This record gives sequence, C-alpha cells and structure tokens, in this order.
Amino acid sequence: MAIGKSHRRKDVRAKVTGKTRYTDDYSMPGMLEARYVRSPIAHGLVKNIDTTAALALPGVEAVFTFADVPKNVFPTAGHPYSLDPDHQDVADRLLLTDHVRYHGDEVAIVVARDRLTAGKAAKAVVVDYEELPICVTSAAALAPDAPAIHAGGNILKSTSFEIGGSLAEAETRADLTLQGTFRTPIVLHCHLENHTAYAYMDDNDHLVIVSSTQIPHICRRIVGQALGMEWSRIRVIKPYIGGGFGAKQDVVLEPMVAFLSTKLGGAPVKIEMDREECLVATRTRHSQTVTARAGVTKDASITFIDLDVISNTGAYASHGHSIPMAAGSKCCHLYPRAVTKFSAISHYANIPAAGAMRAYGSPQLFFGMESLLEEAARSIGMDSVEFRLKNCARPGDIKAKTGEYEHAVGIKECLEKGSAAIDWEAKKKRYATQTGNIRSGLGVACFSYGSGTYPACVEIAGCRLVLNQDGSVHMQVGATEIGQGSDTALAQMATDTLGLSYDRIHVVSEQDTDVTPFDPGAYASRQTYVAAPAVHAAADKLKRKILTHAALMTDESVENLNLANGNIVLQDQPEKVVLDLRDLALDSYYHKDRGGQLTAEVSSKTRTNAPSYGCTFVDLEVDIEMCSVTIKNIINVHDAGRIIHPLSATGQVHGGMAMGIGMALFEELMIDSETGWIYNGNLLDYKIPTCVDIPDLESEFVDTFDPTSPYGNKSLGEPPIISQGPSIRNAIWDATGVKINEMPMTPKVLFTHFRAAGLL
Amino acid sequence: MQTRNINLTINGKKYELVVDVRQSLLELLRERGYTSVKQGCGVGECGACTVLVDNVAVDSCLYLAVWADNTTIRTAEGECRDGKLSPVQEAYMEAGAVQCGFCTPGLIMATTAFVEENKGKTLSRQEMKKAHAGNLCRCTGYQTIINAAEEALKK
Ligand code: FES
Ligand code: FES
Repeated sequence: MAIGKSHRRKDVRAKVTGKTRYTDDYSMPGMLEARYVRSPIAHGLVKNIDTTAALALPGVEAVFTFADVPKNVFPTAGHPYSLDPDHQDVADRLLLTDHVRYHGDEVAIVVARDRLTAGKAAKAVVVDYEELPICVTSAAALAPDAPAIHAGGNILKSTSFEIGGSLAEAETRADLTLQGTFRTPIVLHCHLENHTAYAYMDDNDHLVIVSSTQIPHICRRIVGQALGMEWSRIRVIKPYIGGGFGAKQDVVLEPMVAFLSTKLGGAPVKIEMDREECLVATRTRHSQTVTARAGVTKDASITFIDLDVISNTGAYASHGHSIPMAAGSKCCHLYPRAVTKFSAISHYANIPAAGAMRAYGSPQLFFGMESLLEEAARSIGMDSVEFRLKNCARPGDIKAKTGEYEHAVGIKECLEKGSAAIDWEAKKKRYATQTGNIRSGLGVACFSYGSGTYPACVEIAGCRLVLNQDGSVHMQVGATEIGQGSDTALAQMATDTLGLSYDRIHVVSEQDTDVTPFDPGAYASRQTYVAAPAVHAAADKLKRKILTHAALMTDESVENLNLANGNIVLQDQPEKVVLDLRDLALDSYYHKDRGGQLTAEVSSKTRTNAPSYGCTFVDLEVDIEMCSVTIKNIINVHDAGRIIHPLSATGQVHGGMAMGIGMALFEELMIDSETGWIYNGNLLDYKIPTCVDIPDLESEFVDTFDPTSPYGNKSLGEPPIISQGPSIRNAIWDATGVKINEMPMTPKVLFTHFRAAGLL
Repeated sequence: MQTRNINLTINGKKYELVVDVRQSLLELLRERGYTSVKQGCGVGECGACTVLVDNVAVDSCLYLAVWADNTTIRTAEGECRDGKLSPVQEAYMEAGAVQCGFCTPGLIMATTAFVEENKGKTLSRQEMKKAHAGNLCRCTGYQTIINAAEEALKK
C-alpha cells in the first residue's frame, strides 16, 4: 500500500537542487516587460493623462491607458463558470480604469524592452485626478450618504439562511443568551513567489499564457471573457508555483499580458510584479466584523447560534460575497444539533480588493463563533473542553441534518486527543489561581470545514493515465500542485489502485489547458477529495486494459489475472508472475497485429462534500506589563479522514498553524481611514512570522475514513489555519480575565484592553 | 551604461565577465542560468535569493555584481554533485521541509553556511532558529526546516 506512507514527494529532488522552473525561470528572446501606472489616491476620476514623455523614452514600445482597453467587464474570481446567471461572479473589472477605487489602482500600462525602462516610463506618465470622497471602513462604506464606489452602490450582496429548525423557537429554549462583536484584520497572503505571467501568440488567433496560477482552466475562460475571444483559442500553462494561498485563485495578470501581446503583434510580454505591488494590488483576506449570538440551556446544550457578518471586500468584488457565505455554510457542521442562523452583507470600500485566502472566511467566522461559545461555557460554569464535547457533531448528525450522506465525524476524538496532549486537566488546576505579572492560560477552539464547493459550484476533476513503453505510467491531472503535495497524494492513490510501485508513476506536474484534463484548480481544499474518484476510475480502467492485453499475450483469461507490484500475476496465486509489465508494454506498442497505446481517461463529477474537523489547543504565557504573549505549547488535531501522506499532511498543518498564529498575533495591513493610504505594503512593515516568531508546532490526526471518498480522505489544505485565533484569544482570557475581541492581538491592542480592565 | 570587468567562480566554474555596475549578483546569476536563485522581494526582506559568497550567506539581491570580483559563489544547483545531494539537501528532503519550494534553494544555502560554521557544536533549537531568521517561508511554519537543520548538523 502506498497510501498512508510518506513516500518521497514527486517534486522534492528537483526542488532541493533548484531545478524546478517557475514562471520567471522561463524566458523568450525579445520578451517585453510591462509595468502598471498606479493611482496615488484611493478614490477619484482621471481627468487627463499624458503619455508623451513616457513614449519618448528610448526602449518604450507602447503605452496603453483605460481608453485603449476592451469595454468588456469581467469577473476575476477563481470559480468555475455557472450555468445559472444569478450565481455567476460579479463582473466589475476592466483591464484599466479611469475611476480609481483604491490606492494603487491601475490606470495605464507601459511596455518596454526591459524592466528598468518600463519602470522609468511608468513614472513618466502624467495623470491628473479629480479626487472623490473616500470610504475605507464598513461604517463609512455603508453610511446612507456614502459615495458610490461602483454604479450600483456599495452593497455587493446581502443574504441569510436558517438551518436545523426555527431560531425563534430555539431562542425560547435557551436559559441564557450571549452576544459579542468580533473584528478581524486585513491579512496578506505573502506567498514567496510574487504574481507573474507572460503571454505570446503562436498564430494570429491563438494565445499562449504562462502564469503562476492556481486555476489554469478558469484563467483560460476569464481571459476569453475579458478579450472577447473564443476560449479554445487561449492556452494557459502553469509551471511550478511558489505558493498561492488563494491570491492566485483569482485572475490577476493574465488578461492584461494577453491583451498586450495581441496589441503588439503577438510578441511575448511579461508582467512581473514586485513585492510591494503584489502585496496590495492583487488580493487580500477580507476584514470582517462578526456579531455572534448564542443560546444555551443550564445543562450546557447550545440551542442556537446566530452569526451576522459584515465583510469588507474592498475596491472590486473578486470572490466577494462567496467568502462569508462559504464559511457560513461550513460552520453548521460543528454543532449540528443547534439551530444556526447566518446572515452576511458584503460591501465595497476604497481599499485593495479582498479575495480568496486560505480557509475562505472561516478563520474570521470561527474567531467570532468560538470566542462567544467560550463565553457560553464559562457563563454556565462548565469546562471549555467538556462543553464542546457535549455539543459537537457525532456520527449520524450530518446525515440527520442534511438528509444526504453519512460522513466520518471525528471531532470528539480530536478534542480528546488534544486535551490529553496538552495535559488540559492538570494545567487547568495549576493555572486556576494566579496573580502577578506573568500569567499562564489555556485555550481551545474547534472548527468545521468542507472538502470542496459542492453544491454551490460544480465539482469536476479529470485524470489521464498512459502506459509507457518501459512499463511505467504517466499521470496527468487537472488538479494543480501548488506546493501542498497533491501530485504525490494522487500518485499514491493511482499506485494502489493500479498495483504498480509508487516509483513507476510519473506525474506531469505542469498544467496546460490545451492538453490537461479539465479541473478548475487548487482551492477549497478540494483536490485530493474530488480528484480521488477520477484517479480511482482511471486507474481501474487502465488496469483492465492492461489485463486484457495480458490475456491476449498469454493463455489466461482476464478474470484469472491481476496486476501486483508491477507484474502480471495469477489472481489466485499472486506470487506467480505471468508477465513482466515492461514486456507487456512493449508488446502493446509495437506488436504489428494487436494492442495499441494503453491509456485511460476519466472526467468525474463529485456530488458530495465531506465535512472535516479539528481543533487547536494552546498553552501560553502573558506578560501583562510588556503586553506580550509567549506560546509555550500549541497543538492542532485534525479529522481529515484517511491520511494519504503523513509527512505532507503534517507539513500542511504546520504551515497553517504558523499563518494562523501570524493572523492572531501580528499581521495586519494598515490603511489610513481618512485617505485610504496604505501604510505597510512591504514585507518589512507587514511582518509575517519568521523562524524565531513561531514556537515548536505539534500536529496530530485522528483515524477516520470518509465513506464518500474511494480512499477515505477529506480536506486538509486550508483547515489548519482556522482555529488559532480564537484559541489564543480564549487562552489570553484564561490567563488575564480580559477578553480581546479583535485580531491581531498585538502588544498595542493588549495594552488598550489591559488598561481598560485595570490591569495596567 | 557603466561596466566593469570581474572574475569570479560560480559552483566551481570560472567566469570572466563584463558587468553593468548597477547589476545585482542575483541578476547576474539568474541571467547565467542559475535560476535556483529566486527573487521574492529584491530588497533584502525574504532571503529567497540567498547564495554563499566565499562561504558566507548573503542576500544576492542586495549584493552588487561588481562586489563579487575575485570571489567564489555557491548556489543550490552546485550543491548536488554527480547526482548526489548534499547532506543539507538530503536533510531537507527527508524532513519534509519542502512544499512550494520557492524559499528552498535560499534556505538550503542558509543552512549550508550554518552547518559548515557550526560543525560539531551542540546548539539549541532557538539558536538554530536565530540562524535562519533571515529567510521567510510561508508554507512550512519552519518546523520541518529547523528539523532539517538539526539533522544536517548531526551528519
Ligand atoms: S529577494 Fe533578496 S532578500 Fe528577498
Ligand atoms: S516552501 Fe513555500 S515558501 Fe517555503
């Protein structure tokens, strides 16, 4: 069995030797470089634009302004196309604009023979603006007299739903009702490879785009929409990519490089964003305000959870309202016996556009939900872990609630494992009576998530397997490897179903929309879950073809044969080798009368969505005078179904935890509320955790098997980032008695709260 | 454009070059095909461009190409000899310290300098973390990177 073993990652040797090629590592003779002209104000109209000086610089090939671009408004969110017009992403972008909506918006673009010249020329473009009133915060953007950022006003969408019964009835059953408001910051993805893309034409009506994207097939469609081209005339290639975390689940540079190449006779044109541009002019994590209410009975049953979210989507819709809605629909799996009411409003503001970021609205929502439920537990005098154990999902709950499928539910085991690992009970007693400046605290928080986007979006995946002449197998999948290890996990699946050894499966890591089987890409922690059925079916099909050919070569019938460890063996005597697969492969290709290239291709749709679960336990120390927090011990425990590759799974958890700690304790994009001016759009002032900022991280899994996946697995890519914020907040409360209802919990924020509470 | 002649050795190969005085060592290396050297920021914040100049780890984006005159440069490509990974590369592979891989070549060079300087010493994890604090990684949470450094130091 390959599954469950930490085989060598398919790409690891190439990565440690620096051989993997990312978009910028490819170059073409005559490649032109383009640089944007960005607005220095957060809201305004371009009154005049003068490109004369820029065009006069030697080496400048062209300057395009908003007046030159196609008038097709297009959406940018990395969602599959929807047949339902009401469910399509909001189309509110043009390639360049004369109505600038955030500090850094794009009014013109310069193309030159080298990057230095392009940069100089971009600075030489003279733009006059008429300034418009600015709204940065939710309060300002939603005020009745707020200036309209888009023609339809500032409200993007507002929706609500109720699930699991009637809220009004559940309210009457509650002995105690609690309420709180929680705020989360704008967070940046900070993938190490900045956004970069180039395009060229290899025929008058055929475009090739090479891009660092999570979603090559979606990219192709959106470029088609933006340029008014037939989708099949666009080819998108995704080489290795240096992280995305959702910022590359959006179409950012591709329509522009494509447009420029079409305008310049098909010449190759590249845009390589610098770090500062990439931080503020791509996508961010939505800052949200979550107002949570919950009702509990005296015996600690949660009767209802009522969540109301205000989500600031910034200058353009991007993923917009899908963010709060997706989180809302996934959070109901955690305490499914309670009635959940969820409402959300998404609005525009004069700040950088927010889009998808790891766990897609859930870290924000669970910060509110798990902080408030901590208050519920404490209010009725029950231990935080016991309270969650009493209310959390049990096997059978999800089927009972949705009326659909049975799923593995391992949250109870997660809580038990985490509590034992951190030594909850003993430490609780020890920390019960503390005084003095340095105090310790324990915190816990749970989450639930999904394993894809169904039923909100289509879930489609594809896999093609080809038996090579040497008896190895090439595997092509539409699922994109972005560092998370999907190539390896999918190869392990194919290995087991085919009966080959892991080393004999070669994964084509690059996606190329002209040849790669269709799959919308890397997001929603969907890939190992929704690609599994395609891989399983393709491997099964190829195996059957191999055995059929083996029957032609031998006197055995297909039913008597099997493929094991790379050999054709007898079904009932697996040790008896009938044929070497290498010989079979050569025969299938080159025998003059029989066989052919043995391939299998499957495209499959997934109509289930397994909930995954987990929790964070943290033990920390607060220095009240210094307003600082030191994490002594932090543990994530996950129910992700069957673990395909333990080492990579653990790596996903570590990475998510570090990002979650960053969001909880120090990361925030700061924007002046009056001017929309961005203060810290660089990696020195927007500080992500370095080695010394992150404590040793612990990760555990519970053993479950989800019946809706052929291999038992559920999502794992995003969930690890969800529950650090509330668990750290709950632990600070435990240590100091002070509730901090906002992130990041920086020394400055702690100071304000500690002072208000009389601790300082 | 002002130029200057420089001599340097890159991964054991000798070069005599005429370079633009404005060029960074990062650009010089990438133009010559040493694309393991990555640019994550260009201003010394991320460490993705780390190479060894006379065995000292530097951010090549902040290091002028002309300063590399008469030096020996090492990049991740050169650490693997005759198909055999260096002990540090091996340690990264075994520890699971590689995800997207964009930070990896730079981090491997940082660890290489660290291991060569501290051979035979017993260091705490905190000390190891300090030695790697100039290199950002957004994927791994650093846990496996420090595990790799710890193992490499033992080799
Ligand atoms: S590219 Fe040199 S430090 Fe970031
Ligand atoms: S592995 Fe992706 S940044 Fe380090």
